[in-house]
Amino acid sequence: MSEAVMHDIHHDHHPEGLRRWLFTTNHKDIGTLYLCFSLFMFFVGGAMAMVIRAELMAPGLQYVEPQFFNSMTTMHALIMVFGVVMPGTVGFANWLLPMMIGAPDMALPRMNNWSFWILPFAFTLLLLTLFLPSGGPAGGWTMYPPLMLQTETAFPFVIFAVHFMGVSSIMGAINIIATILNMRAPGMKLMKMPLFVWTWLITAFLLVASIPVLAGAVTMLLTDKFFGTSFFDAAGGGDPVLFQHVFWFFGHPEVYILILPAFGIISQVIPTFARKPLFGYASMVYATCSIAFLSFLVWAHHMFTVGMPLAAELFFMYATMSIAVPTGVKIFNWLATMWRGEMTFETPMLFAVAFVMLFTVGGFSGLMLGIAPVDFQYHDTYFVVAHFHYVLVTGAVFAMMSGVYYWLPKWTGHMYDETLGKLHFWLSVVSVNVLFFPQHFLGLAGMPRRIPDYSTQFAEWNAISSMGGFVFGASQLILLWVIIKCVRGGEKATNQVWEGASGLEWTLSSPPPYHSFVTPPTIEDVTSHS
Amino acid sequence: MLDKNTVIATRLFVVSIAMFGFGYALVPLYDVLCDVTGINGKSGDISLAEAVKLDVNNNRTVTVEFDTNVNNNMPWSFRVENSKLQVHPGEINEAVFIASNQTNQTMTGQAIPSVAPGVASLYFKKIECFCFTQQTLGPGESKRMPVKFVVKPEMPENIRMLTLSYTFFPVSSPAKPEPSHIVPSS
Repeated sequence: MSEAVMHDIHHDHHPEGLRRWLFTTNHKDIGTLYLCFSLFMFFVGGAMAMVIRAELMAPGLQYVEPQFFNSMTTMHALIMVFGVVMPGTVGFANWLLPMMIGAPDMALPRMNNWSFWILPFAFTLLLLTLFLPSGGPAGGWTMYPPLMLQTETAFPFVIFAVHFMGVSSIMGAINIIATILNMRAPGMKLMKMPLFVWTWLITAFLLVASIPVLAGAVTMLLTDKFFGTSFFDAAGGGDPVLFQHVFWFFGHPEVYILILPAFGIISQVIPTFARKPLFGYASMVYATCSIAFLSFLVWAHHMFTVGMPLAAELFFMYATMSIAVPTGVKIFNWLATMWRGEMTFETPMLFAVAFVMLFTVGGFSGLMLGIAPVDFQYHDTYFVVAHFHYVLVTGAVFAMMSGVYYWLPKWTGHMYDETLGKLHFWLSVVSVNVLFFPQHFLGLAGMPRRIPDYSTQFAEWNAISSMGGFVFGASQLILLWVIIKCVRGGEKATNQVWEGASGLEWTLSSPPPYHSFVTPPTIEDVTSHS
Repeated sequence: MLDKNTVIATRLFVVSIAMFGFGYALVPLYDVLCDVTGINGKSGDISLAEAVKLDVNNNRTVTVEFDTNVNNNMPWSFRVENSKLQVHPGEINEAVFIASNQTNQTMTGQAIPSVAPGVASLYFKKIECFCFTQQTLGPGESKRMPVKFVVKPEMPENIRMLTLSYTFFPVSSPAKPEPSHIVPSS
């Protein structure tokens, strides 16, 4: 960046148009970019889900070839995980962390610009594969060899796309850790930080520790395919099961990377609308830390059926179940926060309450899957699909929607349309259950995942699930409309926006100034929990 | 302020590079773990001198079944002379496998052994095996390949039957490094 531009930024002027967004180092601009990117990819990945549900509407092959169907499931997962939830929560972090801890900006603004602008290239690489003659990757987002190694031209595209996404997340995580550790306003002690800041601090450490392992695993796949190594090739002395171990060593912390920031958002929203401080703040922090620690010790519960010795099955089963304890602590704390609170149910709160209930459903089916002997029945069935959609859609995505409605007035300076927001919520919460709840039954009845065709006994529940899917997909257009409408205008939002809101970000104007806190704020009187 | 940030960023970059290395370190760790515990049916080998020193238990009989497979990309036929043997723990036995190259060009293959159940693999030791090295067969050539093995007497009493399975894989390039856990480490 040239001296002139640096100079400009210091005086609160910035280049206009495309250059502003390309060269920006401002945490709010970059947060907006991340959030818009996430929203865009949400509709791309959602369109793929619609293809999947259309094909599964009835038994037999209707609309797409099996190979294309499999590439839809693969791409849908890669996009939703790496293109929607991860960038979306990083977007929240960029917008909110500096405002919440009383800092002017992120610690490493230029790296921040990089970590965002890598993403569009990564996803262009990934999406381009759909236009290759041999099609996109179809081996599943978990990329298990030897199946994944049969991917044709798309293979190197996918691997490099994953590398880029990884580099982006690691840089983002480093920035977040540096910001939280170094940039807090005087008086903002660690145990005074809002819980969203805490969950992001821990998530960022998980990212730094686990994403490089994924990068290693996909690099091994790449060299196995093109450079004659045999990490996963039995003929050369390798072992395909090894990939599963390396992948899930990343993969399990990854699921907490997706959900911890969501926990953080919910921990901000519920106290606001219950008009009570968060119950058990310290226990929330410790619960988050222990979830993060345990997440590195449970990876093999994704592979109970792979042929492990009994001792390993038992260890991973008990370790997995023990995660239910800190997670339960969080659920009870949210319930206790609402208990006898003066609750009102604006859209953010509706999403937050739905999150608490439906995430718990997903948590319980996770416990069922964590029991090794019964997992042999559930493994690779629609029960697993139902489980992770409950924790990711009604979990992570609902939390993000709650967060969007909660902070949108702060970000834009306008109140969103409450009627449309409520409509969006009720349509979503009903349809998402019609969509995913029957998948539990399908899985228990034995329907395998990742198949375009199925036995006729599964027809009814699949048809119902697909109907739910189409309504859920269409309802998200309301969210898009609410956001566009709110950005363009609306009732002027006050600084505090919500009657019960407390925290530093609510002391700033709505929308906040380009640089949040040029002079550090005083902390004592504004912290939400004490 | 910038200094403090650079320090943290540098440290975290080092951590992430170390974790990249850790991903690779899982490969040898996994092999060691499998060898020690016998997971994945990775059975070990034993020298003839050691094998003859084992006490033979004539009162106990164990059935050893043999199973042969070829990889999808391997146009060889591969079978075993006797599909099962009754053996006494501690005695040295021999089974003969026959592979034939059904193509009209010279090909090299590698057989990968696996023992089931997994716990038995700790006690199943090979003295001589065609799987220790790569096998090259000319066009249409057939080859008789003996395997000498011993079942260790310490094997738990409840195991009365075990299966030795081989899968032949094509070796794409002869220059490929030999798999470390199959070659006896001397």
